[in-house]
Amino acid sequence: MIKFDHVTKMFQGGAKAVDDVNFTVEDGDIVVLLGPSGCGKTTLLRMVNRLESITSGDISIDNKSIKRLNDIELRRAIGYVIQSNGLFPNMTIESNVTIVPQLLRWDAKKRHNRYKELMQLIGLDPEKYAKRYPHELSGGQQQRVGVARALAADPPILLMDEPFGALDPIIREKLQDEFLQIQTEVKKTILFVSHDIDEAIKMGDKIALLRDGKIMQYDRPADLLTHPKNDFVSQFIGEDRMIKGLSLHTIKDLLREVGLAEMPHQHYDGKTVAGSQNLRNTLSILMNQGAEQVIVTDHNEQEIGAVTIDLIQRYIAKQIKGKTDASLPFERVVR
Amino acid sequence: MNWLNDWITYITIDLSHILNLTMEHVELVGLSAIVAIAIGVPLGIYLTTNEALAGTVLQATSIIMTIPSIALFGIMIPVFSLINQGIGFVPAFIALILYSQLPIIRNTYTAIKNVNPDLKDAAIGIGMKPIQRLVRVEIPNAIPIIMAGVRTSVVMNIGIGAIASFIGAGGLGVLINQGITRSDEKLIVTGALAVSVLAIIADAILWIVQKLLTSRGLTD
Amino acid sequence: MSRKKLITNVVRYVLYALMVLFFIWALQHHYLASIFTESDKFFVMLKQHLKLVVVSSFLAIIIAVPAGIIVTRKSFKKAEWLVSNVANLGQTIPSIAVLALMMGVLGLGFKTAIFALFIYSLLPIYRNTVAGINSVNDKLIDAAKGMGFKPYQILFRIELPNAAYSIIAGARTAIVLNIGTAALAFLIGGGGFGTWIFTGISLFNNDLLLSGAVPVILLAIMADYLLRLLEYLLVPKGVRRSAKTS
Ligand SMILES: Nc1ncnc2c1ncn2[C@@H]1O[C@H](COP(=O)(O)OP(=O)(O)O)[C@@H](O)[C@H]1O
Ligand SMILES: [Mg+2]
Repeated sequence: MIKFDHVTKMFQGGAKAVDDVNFTVEDGDIVVLLGPSGCGKTTLLRMVNRLESITSGDISIDNKSIKRLNDIELRRAIGYVIQSNGLFPNMTIESNVTIVPQLLRWDAKKRHNRYKELMQLIGLDPEKYAKRYPHELSGGQQQRVGVARALAADPPILLMDEPFGALDPIIREKLQDEFLQIQTEVKKTILFVSHDIDEAIKMGDKIALLRDGKIMQYDRPADLLTHPKNDFVSQFIGEDRMIKGLSLHTIKDLLREVGLAEMPHQHYDGKTVAGSQNLRNTLSILMNQGAEQVIVTDHNEQEIGAVTIDLIQRYIAKQIKGKTDASLPFERVVR
Repeated sequence: MNWLNDWITYITIDLSHILNLTMEHVELVGLSAIVAIAIGVPLGIYLTTNEALAGTVLQATSIIMTIPSIALFGIMIPVFSLINQGIGFVPAFIALILYSQLPIIRNTYTAIKNVNPDLKDAAIGIGMKPIQRLVRVEIPNAIPIIMAGVRTSVVMNIGIGAIASFIGAGGLGVLINQGITRSDEKLIVTGALAVSVLAIIADAILWIVQKLLTSRGLTD
Repeated sequence: MSRKKLITNVVRYVLYALMVLFFIWALQHHYLASIFTESDKFFVMLKQHLKLVVVSSFLAIIIAVPAGIIVTRKSFKKAEWLVSNVANLGQTIPSIAVLALMMGVLGLGFKTAIFALFIYSLLPIYRNTVAGINSVNDKLIDAAKGMGFKPYQILFRIELPNAAYSIIAGARTAIVLNIGTAALAFLIGGGGFGTWIFTGISLFNNDLLLSGAVPVILLAIMADYLLRLLEYLLVPKGVRRSAKTS
């Protein structure tokens, strides 16, 4: 658990980069620090491993103030991933991945085993890449290795500063998916900086939306989308926020709230979608095919009904209107 | 403060001699720089069209660069004796031209090569002929780097020029040379300072020339 | 295409031919004879020359590299600006003047020559060390810090390996320059091949002149070649590529 308690950062001569920030990150959660460029995300993140000093307030990890910890030990217990990875060009991939264990004086055998484990986790062949150098890898591969390196000494906490920011959109989405998969296995407590609302919705258990160093809203993605606390938040998440939010809901949610349409009578040869599919993808299938409807199948591949654009509209309308308890119908989706 | 008085007295007495030597130095380095540019820049440009030759020429010039100056002057004496010019201006002049070639050719070559390919495409696209492209697009964009090469070579040659006095080419080296043989520090300090000041002034002047030649679009 | 190749080959073989012709011409006129007729003297000078270069370069490296490291530490950032500017000005003082000035201070002799060469080679090594360390990407250092590297670990595992190319290139430049400057050491009583070169100049004796000049040239070219090889071996494999393009 990471607790931010009235945390403020003032740079010399500058304004407040971080201004009285309070929130708590629960163990095993991914919290995304979201906001426009220059709003203080990186500064806030770097205060956790003391790369930036705290001007006033306190940050505590498991109820222990980080001010009372030795900063070298603190940093070795926290994984750190930055944009465009910061892999060390003078070291092989294996040395890069196992550098923190090496600093911690693990023996060679243990390090090598750990290396193999991590490479399998990130889906790269350990033998093939052991002796290669960072520049011989693609951007996506380098970023994967950056993640492996941060996980090497099995730190309970990860700090990630726009880790996928420098990648092209297709690779970025792939790495996001892979990373969420890895997170189900490693269950780290993660602070994740992003300026991209879509990434935040996808990656975050919670989102802390910042502006000029202040937290505008700290909520779960669905709540942020449906209940923006002020104009800045609604502007930041954008006009199409309901469409963005659709990725948080599945056809099953829709089935529960508004039901499905009947199966079409005439012969149907378009796409079918699984009931676990999220509504954003379903919508884009509808749009792309120019179809009236798509057939929904259950986990036994049985066709159980159809979804139409009209149905999705009704679902959205219902979400916006009658929401008193946000948590109830907003079951988080398969990731 | 005695030495300072001595020194100032010496300079006032010998001023015209010092200025003459300075002029000789400027002439030697200046003329060789002009010839070196006239050879190096076109050659550097041509090399961008002939990769294999570029390799050979750059390698040859970089070997020349490693040759110690006094040794190069040394082998030039017997060689130029063949045309009765063994001692004096000519061997020094030729040596300085040779030393200038690496910085000038290399910078010209890389600068022209590194002109943004989009610019070249655009130039081709609007129908410029190769010569027009070179003169209106490639050279203007390469000027800062070419001039940097010229500055490097001139500053270096002002230092090497001080050694040319040993083969009778005159210049400020004469002061240092005489200072050594007479064990007179005033001469040595004067020569050393004059060479340094000359190098600093030359660098500044060439920097201004570079700014004047560079389109404002490339600087702001 | 083939015309370009032709030009290339013509240029290359003309250069080779000029070199061969030079040696044939020199040998025919017995311009390199002293090397053989007075080989004992030759070897004495060779030894002097090498000693001048090796001792002064070694001293310069063990002083200038640490100086560059110290100046690039965070607490010295302000001093760096000053030191670098002084270094840039120092670079404009010609080698012959450094030798002459040292003679004024320390008198004639071999030790004075070594000291002058040492002073003269400090600058290129120092400058390249500073430039190399400053060119290491800040992100790398940030990443290392964030992973819990201690300051000396950042220096030895990140900064120095990634600056190795520049530092070693600086040392190479200094050593090759030193071989040439050592040929001037004769003027201040330091011996070396300058003995024959300067005697040859003043006596119009082409034999002595070339017997002194040619070995110095070969020494410089060989040293440059060997040090480049060493450089290739010492620079970590992963940073070689980026070093080459810069
Ligand atoms: N070292 C520094 N010194 C002074 N100001 C800084 C420093 N680092 C960041 N800032 C300022 O603090 C603010 C927040 O920066 P940052 O945390 O990097 O923003 P973000 O990561 O959200 O883009 C910016 O206005 C930035 O200019
Ligand atoms: Mg940032």
